[in-house]
Amino acid sequence: MESKDVVIIGGGITGLSTAYYLAKEGLRNIVVIEKSYLGSGSTGRCGTGIRQQFTTREHIILMRESVKLWKEWENNLPKSVHFRQGGYLWLLKESEMDAYREYVRLQNILGVNSRIIGKDDVKLIVPDINTEGIAGASWCPSDGNAYPFDTIDALRIALKRFGILIRQFEEVKEIKVKNGIIQQVVTDKETFNTHFVVDAAGFGARKVARMVGVDLPLKLYRHQIAVSEPVKVFLEPMVVKGELYFTQTYRGRIIGGTDLNEQPTESLSSTDEFLPQFANEILSVLPTISSLNVMRQWAGFYVVTPDHHPILGGTDLPGFLLGVGFSGHGFMLGPVVGKLLATYIMHGTMYLPEANNLDLRRFRSGCLIQEKAVIG
Amino acid sequence: MNDKDVIICRCEDVTLADIKKAIKDGYTDVESLKRHLQIGTGPCQGKTCIPLTEKILARELQKSVEDVGVVTSRPPESPVPFGIFLKGDKKNGK
Repeated sequence: MESKDVVIIGGGITGLSTAYYLAKEGLRNIVVIEKSYLGSGSTGRCGTGIRQQFTTREHIILMRESVKLWKEWENNLPKSVHFRQGGYLWLLKESEMDAYREYVRLQNILGVNSRIIGKDDVKLIVPDINTEGIAGASWCPSDGNAYPFDTIDALRIALKRFGILIRQFEEVKEIKVKNGIIQQVVTDKETFNTHFVVDAAGFGARKVARMVGVDLPLKLYRHQIAVSEPVKVFLEPMVVKGELYFTQTYRGRIIGGTDLNEQPTESLSSTDEFLPQFANEILSVLPTISSLNVMRQWAGFYVVTPDHHPILGGTDLPGFLLGVGFSGHGFMLGPVVGKLLATYIMHGTMYLPEANNLDLRRFRSGCLIQEKAVIG
Repeated sequence: MNDKDVIICRCEDVTLADIKKAIKDGYTDVESLKRHLQIGTGPCQGKTCIPLTEKILARELQKSVEDVGVVTSRPPESPVPFGIFLKGDKKNGK
């Protein structure tokens, strides 16, 4: 039986990032437990986007900080995560312009360099875009994207160098609590003595929290993505229009998705309805790619909270921490969330005051913070 | 023959040496190996390279092919152009 200072449940970006920042704070006797392979959940299924164009103080400040950390990761991790600031080009109809002007105003006050641009400027950024029915766009040049599997691999190598234990294909079965204090984490292979557990289990987060009697208000919504064959990179921004979003990875593939308005489901199967809808939506915006081949589609979950903000930090059970419910934004928030949870463990508080508004207590007190800009 | 000269995945230019190194780095199941090296993500849809990768992995780890796992196959079966889905009322996907 091993003793660990912290047991992190979940080997996606949230869990690995938390381990990374704990290691940087000097805490190395920790273990990350992943029930499948690293990045097998929502991280490896995500749409790669990283944006600061949100509508609440909490999201904007967390993402502004996360973009700063993404730059550090690109420069400091043992291999490139392919973080690229190609911008987010959010196409708007006339009826949407006023609302987005207000969002941009808040983003600017909080130090994000977004702005509203006209139709002609949209053409300057992506010449091939069909601007029919579009009045303009909300444009943030410092938004961008990164490559999920390179990010996971870069973190894996960094953690290995810190001597941090990563266990894959190992599943947590029980968390033992005695006198209100966490004692042990029991997996299907081993038992770890610990007083600190981080629930970073993505779509399994609710099940993990139930092991210690914590009920999380999370619902699983299936979202689907398709990728094309690779072609020379011509599209650096993420383009958004309504629920449609797409960009091109550094490897040359067009990647994107849209929303089929499904009810919550436990199924991760891809469906026949997705490709026809996505293809028609993307071709209405970028008609020039009609002969490009679609290679693959897959599904992943948005793990959604009632206000579309994550649940971060401590719970009523001392030592039981949450990094869950990202509502579709877990990859982009990964760096800042890891650092927030690490500072909570080391110093008893998350280092950005806004993050403390996002703990589980808000669902009891009713102080929800509604995010209006959710895509896909 | 040098492992660097044995190409396993032609679309993504992955060699036997790349695969052996990744296995050493801890990519010991076929799903994560696929994502790490992008094996089978090219136009052939992994029809040749994925079975080869499974066999190499099994051989290197001295396990059976069943034990190193199988890859989830993703639709579409073969690559199809975006334009094939265009609803016919406008121009016919030039």
